[in-house]
Amino acid sequence: MRLRLSGKNQVMEKYSIFFVLLAMIIVCSILNKNFLSANNITNIMKQLAVGTILAYGEMLLIISGMLDLSSGAVLALSGVLSVSCYKSTGSLVLALILAVVIGIVCNLLNALMVTYFNAPAFIATLAMQTVARGVALLYTKGQNILQLDKYVVFGQGTVGPVPVSIIFMVVITVVIWYILKHTRFGRSLYAIGGNEEAAVASGINVKKNKYVIFVINGVLVGIAGVLFMSRVNAGLPNGAVGYEMEGLTAAVVGGTSFSGGVGTTMGTLAGAFIIGCLNNIMNLIGVDSYVQQIVKGAIIAFAVIWDIRSKTKKTQKVILAQ
Amino acid sequence: MNQEIKLRVANVEKSFPGVKALDRIDFSVRKGTVHALCGENGAGKSTLMKVINGIYKPDAGEIYIDEKPVKIQNPIQARNHGIAMIAQELNYVPEMSIEENVFLGRLPVNKFGRVDWRELRKKTMDFLKAEGLDYRPDQKMKTLAVSDIQMLEIIKAISNDAKIIVMDEPTSSITQKEVNMLFEKIAELKKQGVSIIYISHKMDEVFKIADDITVLRDGTVVETHPADELDIDQVIALMVGRKMENIYPKQTAEIGETILEVKELSSQGVYKDISFHVKRGEIVGFAGLVGAGRTEVMRSVFGLDPITSGQILIKGKEVQLKSVGDSIKNNMVMLSEDRRRYGIIPVRSVMENASISSLEKVIYKGWAHQDVERRLVGGYFKKMNVKTPGLDTAIQSLSGGNQQKVLLAKWMMRDPEIIILDEPTRGIDVGAKFEIYKLMTEMVKQNRAVIMVSSELPELIGMCDRIYIMNQGRITGQLAEDKFSQEAIMKFATSVSLEEERK
Repeated sequence: MRLRLSGKNQVMEKYSIFFVLLAMIIVCSILNKNFLSANNITNIMKQLAVGTILAYGEMLLIISGMLDLSSGAVLALSGVLSVSCYKSTGSLVLALILAVVIGIVCNLLNALMVTYFNAPAFIATLAMQTVARGVALLYTKGQNILQLDKYVVFGQGTVGPVPVSIIFMVVITVVIWYILKHTRFGRSLYAIGGNEEAAVASGINVKKNKYVIFVINGVLVGIAGVLFMSRVNAGLPNGAVGYEMEGLTAAVVGGTSFSGGVGTTMGTLAGAFIIGCLNNIMNLIGVDSYVQQIVKGAIIAFAVIWDIRSKTKKTQKVILAQ
Repeated sequence: MNQEIKLRVANVEKSFPGVKALDRIDFSVRKGTVHALCGENGAGKSTLMKVINGIYKPDAGEIYIDEKPVKIQNPIQARNHGIAMIAQELNYVPEMSIEENVFLGRLPVNKFGRVDWRELRKKTMDFLKAEGLDYRPDQKMKTLAVSDIQMLEIIKAISNDAKIIVMDEPTSSITQKEVNMLFEKIAELKKQGVSIIYISHKMDEVFKIADDITVLRDGTVVETHPADELDIDQVIALMVGRKMENIYPKQTAEIGETILEVKELSSQGVYKDISFHVKRGEIVGFAGLVGAGRTEVMRSVFGLDPITSGQILIKGKEVQLKSVGDSIKNNMVMLSEDRRRYGIIPVRSVMENASISSLEKVIYKGWAHQDVERRLVGGYFKKMNVKTPGLDTAIQSLSGGNQQKVLLAKWMMRDPEIIILDEPTRGIDVGAKFEIYKLMTEMVKQNRAVIMVSSELPELIGMCDRIYIMNQGRITGQLAEDKFSQEAIMKFATSVSLEEERK
């Protein structure tokens, strides 16, 4: 006895998130004529850049059965150190490199906790969140660093008509897509998250892979730190609080499953866009900011219900095949 | 014998999108008898049982209990009609105590609605004593072995005062001693007028206890007969729809040089002084009771668990196997005993599951070559007769036998020289078993070496060239093919090792 999914169903299941995004864009453009203007779209993408980059890190971690609660705080730490580095050396390159290095160092500690001490990622990164925020505040004595001068080029500059932050986002999207889809490492992530013990028994070096995942996450968080600080034109040790949740939300709305082993780059990108469009349209049509929070929360709940329901449907199909 | 019909299912049909799982099923169980349900995986046994238990609603047909039509919409209604089901997949809460698990969902309460712990303890003690089980009621479930848990699961169903008990592969992970206890219990239940529907792939068990046998194939009832009018070969022929010439397709292969040698391998508190060797062209069996340490030894040999002392030699050279990667490099692979825990990655596709250990063959020059992967995996699937709707189907939606074949395909892709198979046929149907045996034969003919750990003695005797027997973490005996017999194996499997005897 076999089970067959009709082709149509399969397409719907695989690309449902993109249909949701499309429907949303259509509704938004009806609600407000300015929504589809080049200006507004660029604006949405600029606002999305930091969250999307964090979301990719979260996605890689969730696929392999982990997550990062420290990314907002580590973003702030690498951001303020990067800003201060720029102010003392005047080198944009050095500032960028330092941010990435700080991101990597914090995430290596996360990885050490998870792989060597077998701490759950939830706890390990929660600890890092508190520590990183503390270090950022200690280093700046709680003061914002102002007047960033040329540093703002990352978050506000353009190459021709294209904002630098969007270029960062697009390049990172391509790189992450490539890693997940076209490397052995990417394939291993799905196996680790799908069934870690089976991954070990299949010859995958799970610990090494976990270190690599955290390092990639560190690079992304570091870059996000630079983009964030330069967009707001200040080094804010108290900035980006709760940004890890933005990343997690985009990843989950985009179909990354918290049970592990499932998720795609394009899905996460779509998830980020759905959130971005939602924020944007609610601002455009003047929805109260408190109401905005409620709507966003409802969307997350909806995404999770969707995820669980499609999974139970699949399980039922499984049972029938037995 | 009792002719009174306890449960009758008439004309039941059940379809799922794209598949007819049950097609006009007529099936009845007499009061106080054991009715065995046989069929390959996917024949519809589990679906039928889920209809009876109210998990599925049939599209058409009637269910009668004591010849009165009943509607069973959910498992709670089923329970009220006196139907209990012991599922193949055990359901329990590992962090809770035995007593809490046995009475889960129906803990005794006092008049204020507070749990009556004293009453609970007393009831549980009575049960454990009555069944002759030696556990403390407050022991956490997770500290028990799988076989103990299965036994408790059975007790739980019985404690529900059920009149019809469905047992789905109840003996898949319990020891022979416990199987005997279970059969005694079944005999006792029969005397009390309880009807039992017994699903099992183990034919010897079926014939030992069944009064009637119904064979299902492709969602229809093929035939129902009293057990004494059938024999094993007939049932298997009915199940697969063709005659099985020989259950064990063994052919002798040319025996070559020793390829794997293990010398005095020990792991503190797990096993001790394990020495054995395997030659090219040989199928070497490992027999023993559940918990004898066979799996643990194999896991260490494969680099999954550490050893305290000892040597492993491959092709005469000592090797350090610190991880599975090291073993794979030495052309050694292992099919794990617990398919769901150490084998499949449930949510991923059959293709990804098959290629996960051979990624360098499909992802190279910085690119994943999908077409190459499809051809490679598709080729192996065809050779091994894997039945799957497509290469992108999630592996969790295949039957156990097909999952096992996908995992075998994964390892065959590595072109291994030493293949360790730990319980390769557990819980899979006769057809798939036969194909796995055939594959083993093929492997040794190609000059590879096979180690088979199995708890099914007929299969070891039927397939192996040599059998090592383990007991309590030691190898207690070795038998050559001309000395094979169930009695000889069981003698070693239950004896103490020579060294212990001397003490």
